[in-house]
Amino acid sequence: MELLKVTHLHKEFGQNTVLNDINLSVEKGEVVVIIGPSGCGKSTFLRCLNGLEEIQGGVITISGLPVEAGKRDITKLRQKIGMVFQSYELFPHKTVLENIILAPTKVQKRDKEEATKEAIELLDKVGLVDKKDYYPRQLSGGQKQRVAIVRALLMHPEVILFDEVTAALDPEMVHEVLETMIALAKAGSTMLIVTHEMAFAKAIADRIIFIDKGDIVEETRDVKEFFIEPKTERAKKFLKTFAYE
Amino acid sequence: MDKDILVEYFPLYKDALFLTLKIGWQGIILAFVIGLIGSAIIHFKTPVLRKIVGIYIELFRNTPLLVQLFFIYFALPKVGIQITAKTCGVLGLGLLGGAYMIETFRSGLEAVPVIQTESALSLGMSDFQTLWYVILPQAISISVPGILANVIFLLKETSVFSTISLMDLMFTAKDLIGMYAKTIECLFLLVVFYLVMLLPISIIGAIVERRMRYGQFGD
Repeated sequence: MELLKVTHLHKEFGQNTVLNDINLSVEKGEVVVIIGPSGCGKSTFLRCLNGLEEIQGGVITISGLPVEAGKRDITKLRQKIGMVFQSYELFPHKTVLENIILAPTKVQKRDKEEATKEAIELLDKVGLVDKKDYYPRQLSGGQKQRVAIVRALLMHPEVILFDEVTAALDPEMVHEVLETMIALAKAGSTMLIVTHEMAFAKAIADRIIFIDKGDIVEETRDVKEFFIEPKTERAKKFLKTFAYE
Repeated sequence: MDKDILVEYFPLYKDALFLTLKIGWQGIILAFVIGLIGSAIIHFKTPVLRKIVGIYIELFRNTPLLVQLFFIYFALPKVGIQITAKTCGVLGLGLLGGAYMIETFRSGLEAVPVIQTESALSLGMSDFQTLWYVILPQAISISVPGILANVIFLLKETSVFSTISLMDLMFTAKDLIGMYAKTIECLFLLVVFYLVMLLPISIIGAIVERRMRYGQFGD
């Protein structure tokens, strides 16, 4: 089943074209990993998908409904699209639990007790249930990021966007966050992941999308083959920068 | 300095202090509400209202409270709006304070990183929910020093209330000096009462500020 569809997406900042003509269709349960050099537009692409950026051309639909920044029903669509940021962006004045249940109770009007119960179950799964009453500043980066993931999950999104979620973390913490994401992928979540962790990309991806200068340069479901022998010269050159001999 | 005089005048000053505090706090609460609404209007870049708020701020920040009070107290009745001196005091202080509070809240709102807003929006929150639950609490805690400075400033400004014959501290002092010429005692009591009113706020303010800085949210 097609969950997310992007056709002829065009995005520019002033004179600067950031995304040229992006076409993408994501099936339910699929894990799509987007890679590419810095400044290639991959983070901007994710931000377009939940209407944090206005687009100048093309159509984005989620479950058949168009995503348009600034429209009134954008808040409804955003509930279907979870997002996890590089810098966690937990709310500093709220505890872990309050962070997690804020949107489910205020936006989706769910029962506080029921939301709390589910929050605790999910926190337990990521091994953070004993931190539920802590404030974000009392947590490590990896812990914060796992809380951010739980916070996105509790909204029961249909697809989750991960924007370089391990880029600000120590190697050990990277591991704990990636483990959490792999567990999610195994449980059947639909995920779009922007990352620079190539080993992780290889492990989790159903499909790899390589973006450069605002265009999809290479796209393949043959993930293993891509990392051994990419088809385009540009991707070859990019992957070489991760190898040291 | 005559100690008996001090004792004799003390109750009069005490009454004046209560009146000053009562009008002062009502005015400050009004200022707070105006500040919240005004800064939200600027924050959301509401088209026409934003211009009006801008004009309001410049108007009230660039005219003395004395002039504003005169205008409210003496000019409004000419167009058929009658208000008591107390209401006039609250209104004048609230409108002046509102202009300052808007600017204080606005700078607090601007200090919260934009990505916090994006994070809240990405959870499906509306613009108002984002402001109310996520941005405003952080903005207010950033604004605490500014808010306290405004509160102290406004309580001091109450001294011009005497000009619209409200029996505040200043009025009481001037009145007593005029009648009995015990200038030294009256002025001494005046200073003491202003300090009694404002020092605790400064001290509490310093404590709150330190807590905000070091113990921010948690511990």
